Amino acid sequence: MLTFLRPAATLLVAFTLITGIAYPLAMTELAQALFPTQARGSLVERDGQVIGSSLIGQNFAAERYFHPRPSAAGNGYDAAASSGTNLGPTSAKLADRLKADAAALRAAGVTGPIPADAITTSGSGLDPDISPANALAQAARVAGARGVDEALVRDLIAAHISGPQLRVFGDARVNVLALNLALDAAAPAATAPAPGS
Amino acid sequence: MTVLGWLQIAIILALVLAAAVPLGGYMARVYAGERTVLSAVLAPVERGLYRLAGVDPAREQGALAYTLGMLAFNLAGVVLLYALLRLQGLLPFNPLGFGALSPDLAFNTAVSFVSNTNWQSYGGETTMSLFSQMAGLTVQNFLSAATGLALAVALTRAFARSNASTVGNFFVDMTRSVLYVLLPLAILTALVQVAMGVPQTLDAAVAATTLEGASQTIAVGPVATQMAIKQLGTNGGGFFNVNAAHPFENPSPFANALEIWQMLVISTALVFAFGRMIGDRRQARALLAAIAVILVAGIAVTYWAEAAGTPSLLAAGIDPAGGNMEGKEVRFGLAASSMFAAVTTGLSDGAVNAMHGSFTPLGGLAPMFLIQLGEILPGGNGSGLYGLLVMAIIAVFVAGLMVGRTPEYLGKKIEVAEVKMAILAVLILPCAILGFSAVAAVLPDALAGLGNAGPHGLSEIIYAYSSAAGNNGSAFGGLSANSPWWNTTLGLAMLLGRFAYIVPMMAIAGSLAGKTRLTASSGTFPTHGLLFVGLLVGVILILGGLQFFPALALGPIAEQVQMLAGKTF
Repeated sequence: MLTFLRPAATLLVAFTLITGIAYPLAMTELAQALFPTQARGSLVERDGQVIGSSLIGQNFAAERYFHPRPSAAGNGYDAAASSGTNLGPTSAKLADRLKADAAALRAAGVTGPIPADAITTSGSGLDPDISPANALAQAARVAGARGVDEALVRDLIAAHISGPQLRVFGDARVNVLALNLALDAAAPAATAPAPGS
Repeated sequence: MTVLGWLQIAIILALVLAAAVPLGGYMARVYAGERTVLSAVLAPVERGLYRLAGVDPAREQGALAYTLGMLAFNLAGVVLLYALLRLQGLLPFNPLGFGALSPDLAFNTAVSFVSNTNWQSYGGETTMSLFSQMAGLTVQNFLSAATGLALAVALTRAFARSNASTVGNFFVDMTRSVLYVLLPLAILTALVQVAMGVPQTLDAAVAATTLEGASQTIAVGPVATQMAIKQLGTNGGGFFNVNAAHPFENPSPFANALEIWQMLVISTALVFAFGRMIGDRRQARALLAAIAVILVAGIAVTYWAEAAGTPSLLAAGIDPAGGNMEGKEVRFGLAASSMFAAVTTGLSDGAVNAMHGSFTPLGGLAPMFLIQLGEILPGGNGSGLYGLLVMAIIAVFVAGLMVGRTPEYLGKKIEVAEVKMAILAVLILPCAILGFSAVAAVLPDALAGLGNAGPHGLSEIIYAYSSAAGNNGSAFGGLSANSPWWNTTLGLAMLLGRFAYIVPMMAIAGSLAGKTRLTASSGTFPTHGLLFVGLLVGVILILGGLQFFPALALGPIAEQVQMLAGKTF
């Protein structure tokens, strides 16, 4: 065994330096130079302040905003503690939650079949997207809360639908943060809080 | 299931094949020690490493020495990683000030990454410093994959050579795997992943104030460099708790397609390289055909089951066309989530882009069964190919029994010694999975970790030990595995699944290398035709089914029946 110790230990240390230190550090420099926005986390700023990441979902509870999917990350969209519910298909807890969330949607005026993503939690708890159907189901509520024509809100949704990439990869989706930002710009709500509050 | 969904699946598989053929040719040259396009840059580095380590690249090892060298290297890897994790609080690049891991968690994690399992009993962003992620985990992502590749190459040489006493030099094969195969591909694809949105920064977190005025801490880090090698090396250990479901690990459907491609490409290319190294590419095509049949069936079962949804969802009034989206991301949808699940378990990757524990019972059964088949479809880097060759040995043995002739595979006579070792190797999986599961199912300490009641709880146990012994690393995540019982026993299952399999496999290599390579005669059973493909698929499925069907009947199958009867737990 001893004859193997020198090559084993030497190569382990050498590869720790190559793949564990040089590779990530050099790639960090390269990535920051070539793709600075993405490398820092695709952060979104408004008025010079970081308001989130375009890739990471965040909580929206107010009536005047589109709501994301339910989240199991921390207390909801905790981007420092990603998590799914990991509840199985025969979980009573999951069945009860689905029923309660569906009832809440019905109370908020949603009719017809409930979009699949509207009451299910995502795997990450940080899903930045909702389905177009889910966004459309919320259009009337958002328009009402902002006191604007529902057609305006529907137009905004249509402008924010990303279809499957190359028409094949993935599903159609709407980025909730981008949609809400556009909403704030196009139809500032009378009830919007003063900046900084 | 939709046509577009299947089109997406077909395109990704086609892209894998398109890249795997030339990559396989390149890898065959690398392992033969020939000059390649990268030699100008890498050959001096390679020579420097050998001089430093005292390795003579021209001096080959017999199977025993090769195995001992591999064991020494991996033992040193476990010790170093364990030490890094236990000393985490004292080491640099720790902006969030995480402390040392507990002894059982450090043991579990060290074994997990060295054995190419990458099971995670911890949440990355809440446990690991950037130093541990880079200098600890990323390193073993490279080295465990390189170890697997080296071993498969050694077994391939044993078939290719005639009357040979050596099978190569472990340190040379491992070094070449890192320098010529893994590192260049990782550098290339990590940059593409950053462009797609995967962060690469030495900050650990960004503070944001949301539109509604709440504060949100967004964990970031050197994610792309780890992501690239975790997929290429079929490791699967995520930077974040939820792995490739996290938008930073897997930001878009394109990124998702790239990650599936990364998982499959090296293991598929290795099969092509194998064909070249033994000088008969038809053999590689036959193996790939067997792989494709079972893997596509696994994707189909998962996709179909997930698209069907569950009674709980339908009772809540959900659009039936939406399928089961619990635990899945909108940007991937059902097709890309189902494909990822089947591929990550057909391989020994274990990354997940959706929570397997929230899949429908049959949708979760498929990935679990693919692990139990031995992860040979096409399997982990190297481990997939040597696992598949062990299965092929058993298949020709079964064929030999039917016609009463001494079986041959690739011109080598398969005799008592090889068959004994092959059976010994395949027995490791059921012993570790069923043995540990049986104990865990009655032990209060173990049961305390379950996150779901009823048959799904048993599925969590069986999946965990399948994942550990199969060196996969994915989980039914409801299980809280960060306790001394789970950390220790899962760690032992990983060690058994990796190294207790490798030793008999390398014994086969040693025995085969010394035999004369016969030319095929009219009495030789051809192993490149459809008959052999069918036989191999049959042997894989029947062996897996015989071993695991009773346990699966009590877990996912019982749950499916109960679910359809409207029962919840």
